[in-house]
Amino acid sequence: MSTTPFSATAHTLAAERRESVAKGLLGLATALLVLPLVGIIGLLVVKGWPALTWEFLLTDPAAGMIAGGNYPAIIGTLWLIGVSLTISAPVGVLAAIYLNEYAGDNWLTRIIHLAIVNLAGVPSIVHALFGVGAFVLFLGLGTSILSAALTLAVMTLPVIIASTREALASVPLAFRHACWALGASRWQTIRHIVLPNSISGILTGVILQVSRAAGETAPIMFTGAAFYLPFLPASVRDQCMALSMHLFTLSTQVPGVPPAFPYATALVLLTLVVAFNLVSIIFRSYLRSRRKW
Amino acid sequence: MKASYRTSLAALTLVLAASAGCSGGDRQERTMIQNKGSDTIVNLAQAWAENYRRVKPEVGIAVSGGGSGTGIAALINGTVDLANSSRDIKPEEQESIRKANGKPAVEHVVAFDAVVFYVHANNPLNGLTIDQIACIYGEGGTCESWSQVGTEVPGCADQSIIRVSRQSNSGTYEFVRDHVLGKERDFKLGSRDMQGSKDVVDLVEHTPCAIGYSGIGYATDKVKALCVSAKEGAPCITPTVAAARAKTYPLSRPLYMYTLGDAEGAVKAYLDWIHTADGQRIVAESGFVPID
Amino acid sequence: MRRALPFSRFGERLIEAAIVLCGLSAIFFVIAIFLFVFLSGADFMLHRLDWVEFLTSAEWYPTSVSNKRYGTLALIAGTASVTGLAMLIAVPFGLGTAVFISEFTYGKAKEILKVVVELLAAIPSVVWGFIGLAMMNPLIIDLLNAPIGLNVLNGGIILGLMSVPIIVSIGEDALKAVPDSFREASLALGATRWQSVYKVLFPAARSGLLAAVLLGVGRGIGETMAVLMATGHAVKIPTSPLDSVRTLTATIAAELGETARGSDHYQALFAIGVLLFGITFVVNLTADLLVRGVRRK
Repeated sequence: MSTTPFSATAHTLAAERRESVAKGLLGLATALLVLPLVGIIGLLVVKGWPALTWEFLLTDPAAGMIAGGNYPAIIGTLWLIGVSLTISAPVGVLAAIYLNEYAGDNWLTRIIHLAIVNLAGVPSIVHALFGVGAFVLFLGLGTSILSAALTLAVMTLPVIIASTREALASVPLAFRHACWALGASRWQTIRHIVLPNSISGILTGVILQVSRAAGETAPIMFTGAAFYLPFLPASVRDQCMALSMHLFTLSTQVPGVPPAFPYATALVLLTLVVAFNLVSIIFRSYLRSRRKW
Repeated sequence: MKASYRTSLAALTLVLAASAGCSGGDRQERTMIQNKGSDTIVNLAQAWAENYRRVKPEVGIAVSGGGSGTGIAALINGTVDLANSSRDIKPEEQESIRKANGKPAVEHVVAFDAVVFYVHANNPLNGLTIDQIACIYGEGGTCESWSQVGTEVPGCADQSIIRVSRQSNSGTYEFVRDHVLGKERDFKLGSRDMQGSKDVVDLVEHTPCAIGYSGIGYATDKVKALCVSAKEGAPCITPTVAAARAKTYPLSRPLYMYTLGDAEGAVKAYLDWIHTADGQRIVAESGFVPID
Repeated sequence: MRRALPFSRFGERLIEAAIVLCGLSAIFFVIAIFLFVFLSGADFMLHRLDWVEFLTSAEWYPTSVSNKRYGTLALIAGTASVTGLAMLIAVPFGLGTAVFISEFTYGKAKEILKVVVELLAAIPSVVWGFIGLAMMNPLIIDLLNAPIGLNVLNGGIILGLMSVPIIVSIGEDALKAVPDSFREASLALGATRWQSVYKVLFPAARSGLLAAVLLGVGRGIGETMAVLMATGHAVKIPTSPLDSVRTLTATIAAELGETARGSDHYQALFAIGVLLFGITFVVNLTADLLVRGVRRK
């Protein structure tokens, strides 16, 4: 083998080979991750499609929930995410504004940061325990959409705070400096410059959390969701059915359900959640491309 | 640019509000009855609730499961109108109800049921005595293998008995403990404790080594219902609606709804309707045993 | 900009007060959660619960007529085994994917992969539980000749798939935080990309990657619905991956509804809640300290 000064040595060739092997293995690992996702969605579609008719989406359950549709569950889920959003979004955004625009780098801020990290890591069943103890029993709200939505709001709060902070932080400091130099107060700066420039990032984070709230079961099981309701909820003091809870009961408690039904329910839930996520992702790449700084 | 974000926010809020508002259409005078409890009864309760809409459209019954324990706990907490239970209420529970609410729980029998022990369709076994079942399920029981009860199950690799049971909130669980194991004895740990009556049958359908218990209304053609003899040498009674009604099947039981104090108003009307031929027809359709 | 009127000064003060209040809300809620969960079980926990039995006995009989026992060892073993198996699956796949996405993909492919991982993260846990119940159960029975398909293996695979996205996204952040100069220096010295990864990047991003794994573990320990539906729910210390188990979270979810408010059983469940809160607190705290260490570089 000729060894011109620039040809690869055996050592280098071996390293290159190891690299290809590693790249192959890593690519395989990634593929093995993507495959289940595709497989799961595929299976849900294949098995649930036969039941997915307009009737399924728009009618009430009938004949002991083995016929009819999911309509009240869909409406219930929308109620839950609507109410929990109106609670957690303002609180979360304002909290993030405090942390990013007002708070100094002191012990209080560090404790708040700690609290947010821990709130984010609380298991969903502990949120359920808290919801039952605090909202259903202590505040006397009973099992209602309000209790369930409050529980969901506390659950989604930390991540909304974190993502809003990132959105606010991405607005360059120079913008704020320019504003202050012109004599504006802190709040005026936030309201007229910082918020409008970060609203899309904020919305992205909020939408993601909405999708998470739509899918949770444990926090709503004991605080507001019911197995079957003959009426749609008329106020936040009522209970509601929910897609996630419905999937759980269809697959574990209702006998004689046509096999396609739980698959179709899972599909509807998954579509709702994925739709929210895709909206958020598309929104995020749109705003990234439009950003002028 | 600012305007478009504001409009999209407004649009999002409007959509959510509209969908919530759409549902408020039902908002006439309506009474809600809270009905919670037994998972054995939950599907029957839901069928009743669905049908009662025909009879009295302005009365709605909110149905939830969770197990008989859940219903009675809700009665103690005062958060439910009708508690479904597949077992008797315990004296301590009555005491707690009286203490918390000032009045006792009143029992109403709404249907009958038989607790059936199911095995896989391929299992050649036909019946068991109560003692054998206690040996399988009870704490300290030594029956771990199908050969110990005199059978060999095809498709079951090691002939180990896989016990399928219910979680402790279930009235069916408590009924089996009280009437098969003997009140003072507990279940052997390590059984697969399922969420609901249907789960048990589902699991037994797919598991050749399994045995499980559930209500008679949950039978399917992919499982076999064992006959039960009260003791060694006694006739082995097959669980049927007739045998349950005649109480010849050793594990027949009434299904209850409990109210706080006597039933009144809409709740009383509902209970009365359940006892009519209309209500009891639904019991039969659900596979349970109607009151005659 | 409009001249500030006296009225709007007041309005501004009001809003700023609201902002500060909301800022403190996170602390309020964490403390509230801990207090409620602890206080709801305090009477039982402090006076009647035998903590040694609670943590070391495998006999969980809270509803026994004759002999109430509150031993959670089997439940802890259940949580530990399912989470352990999940991490065995999730860590190699998660870190591998994080490395692949971060170092070996570019542009459009990178974007698409990141979207796929996000979608995997978005799948609700009840759907995962349903998949375990309806799809993996018969699969495990058929492929492995197991007597039952709801077991540690089923729960572990499902939980693993659920935890991967967290490990991928935080792991990727950790790798991104390593300055490009490290990579460039390594390549300039003649190393291949892969050699740069395991000789330079891994050690540099080590604390961030560890944080990613810890957060995945925290997720696994706290998961409820998926394990409720997929693990077979048996109170027993597992001896093989094909055994059914019950986790701490599933126990609370299954039994909370049946307890009367304030009863011993109710309080025992809150005691488990305190245990869970404590474990995840420690895990998340450690992960956060590691990540803060990374960001400071």
